[in-house]
Amino acid sequence: MHTPLAEPRRSIYFDYQVFPAHTASVNAQVQHHPVVIVGAGPIGLTTALDLARYGIPSIVLEAERQVSEGSRAIVFTRRSLEILQQVGISERVTSAGLPWRFGNSYYRNQRVFRMEAPHDPDDRFAPMTNLQQPCLEQFLVDACHANPMIELRWGNRVKALAQAEDRATLEVDTPAGEYTLQASWVVAADGARSAIRTLLGLQLEGASYEGRFVIADIKIDLDLPTERLAYFDPHWNPGNTVLMHREPGNIWRIDYQLARGETPEQALSADSLRERINAQLGIVGVANPQWELDWCSVYSARALTLSDYLHTRVIFTGDAAHLLPIFGVRGANTGFQDCHGLGWKLALTLKGIAGPGLLASYSAERVGAAREIIAEAGKSTRFMTPPSAGYRLLRDAVLSLSLTQAFVRPLYHWRTSRPHDYVDSALNCKHDDNSRFSCGPHQGAPLLNVRLGDDQFLFDRLGASFCLLYFTDAVEVPSDIQAQAQSLRDQGVPLQLLAVVGNRQGEVRGADGVIDDPGGHLRNKYGASAGGAYLMRPDQHVCARWHHLNGQALRDAVETALGNE
Amino acid sequence: MEHKQLTISDIETLYDQLADALDHIEEGKRELFLVKLALLSAQALGDAEQFLALTRTALLDL
Repeated sequence: MHTPLAEPRRSIYFDYQVFPAHTASVNAQVQHHPVVIVGAGPIGLTTALDLARYGIPSIVLEAERQVSEGSRAIVFTRRSLEILQQVGISERVTSAGLPWRFGNSYYRNQRVFRMEAPHDPDDRFAPMTNLQQPCLEQFLVDACHANPMIELRWGNRVKALAQAEDRATLEVDTPAGEYTLQASWVVAADGARSAIRTLLGLQLEGASYEGRFVIADIKIDLDLPTERLAYFDPHWNPGNTVLMHREPGNIWRIDYQLARGETPEQALSADSLRERINAQLGIVGVANPQWELDWCSVYSARALTLSDYLHTRVIFTGDAAHLLPIFGVRGANTGFQDCHGLGWKLALTLKGIAGPGLLASYSAERVGAAREIIAEAGKSTRFMTPPSAGYRLLRDAVLSLSLTQAFVRPLYHWRTSRPHDYVDSALNCKHDDNSRFSCGPHQGAPLLNVRLGDDQFLFDRLGASFCLLYFTDAVEVPSDIQAQAQSLRDQGVPLQLLAVVGNRQGEVRGADGVIDDPGGHLRNKYGASAGGAYLMRPDQHVCARWHHLNGQALRDAVETALGNE
Repeated sequence: MEHKQLTISDIETLYDQLADALDHIEEGKRELFLVKLALLSAQALGDAEQFLALTRTALLDL
């Protein structure tokens, strides 16, 4: 019998709510569902919300009866907010979160590097937003509970999984006994210690790093801005690195490396925490620190991924698919991109609209992204926690030189998570004008946001569909484009046609909407002229762009993007 | 650009100065000093490929 914690977890800033366990399926008839998502973390819940946008219902199984313990993922990138906007919770995140864009690295009490993440006036969201993971999960839970397409089953733990060619069968344990359910597809979003990964006997490939970090959240009133602080080789932790982040509610995250040979138990003892946190607070100028501990844990840096995210009827996403180092905020932020890439592909596959290559492209694109992130993350991890004597010497030489030599300072850059470009994706059009554009988002890249007016941005206009941005000053979209767009819609392909006009005309026949671009800002940013177009996949990545679009070219590009090649 | 050459006298001078610097560095900091010097020299050289070739040369006959 599965007995998840029935008492609310304790937190200074978050009121945990214990949800009733789902037990109604015990002793009931076996049900078949199109999609069962395992794990109600940020990635599982976002997957459910994303699928619901396409009319695909899902069951979400969560072993616990409440959202996750401790602040965990606290930094969300602009791209994550853009994805959360699509599933309808970005406003709650931005109103509760703390936006920021500066990072500072200190060595021997001198600031030796300042990272400034650019903020374009065309962007709705800040480069980074800090918010504790349980708060984010609560917003997602609220949205899922309010969505009739989603059934969230708390206190349901998957204990066995069997697969056939066309379905998976899950044995689920609950506080009232076990039950069986079937799914056409299982999405494994059950995190770093994925039970599904273990049940399938899958191994992650890649490297684990030696460095281990204490993560401690304290409540303290510090008169410091929301910026990332990194301290290298502080007097109280020689040779190691300490990080500080502000979270909402006067909570501060302090991460520091364990001394060599120290066990997690020793590091997490009350005395050890107090002494070290006070020493670090001393460095930021707090003489008599008064603080309260909210949560602490020990983290070890790993850079691992499954080599394939598709296993018959099971699809891996987020930390269940890969484990990435925290330096560079790559965990949850990579997961959001995973599940947003998966949502439309799984939905269109279930609707019978997708070609055979569409789901396979999810694995190819996201494993490729994970491998690229692992290579990037390795660089910052080797700097933060040098893995060998040679790396340590180089790192220490750079620290020492950075006090006077500007040329080494960029090595402090922590290579923040950025949206992956699917440059080599099989879904990209082979016969468009991609290489003949001089600017604008290229094939595989996410669309660039554009400010359209007061509190109005291009991304606000996007929905759960392909989107064709058609640049024109004519009163009507050419008939061959209209005809192909209609024929694709008749096939069931979700496709939105937005006309971008420079002449303030309120309507363009054959377009679903008009974007008024009187100054030509969008047109210039995208390097487009009248008759040109951008085709965006439902996950906002560009798959084709033309200087002069015709109907057949649109049809061919959509067919390719549906995985028909 | 004309390639600058060290004279015998230059080499003799930096030989002594480097030895003297190494002698005056506290035990345990010599490697750090040499790595700093290598990075500074690479920056002054301004040629990553040439620096890598020099690294390979330095590895010979250790």
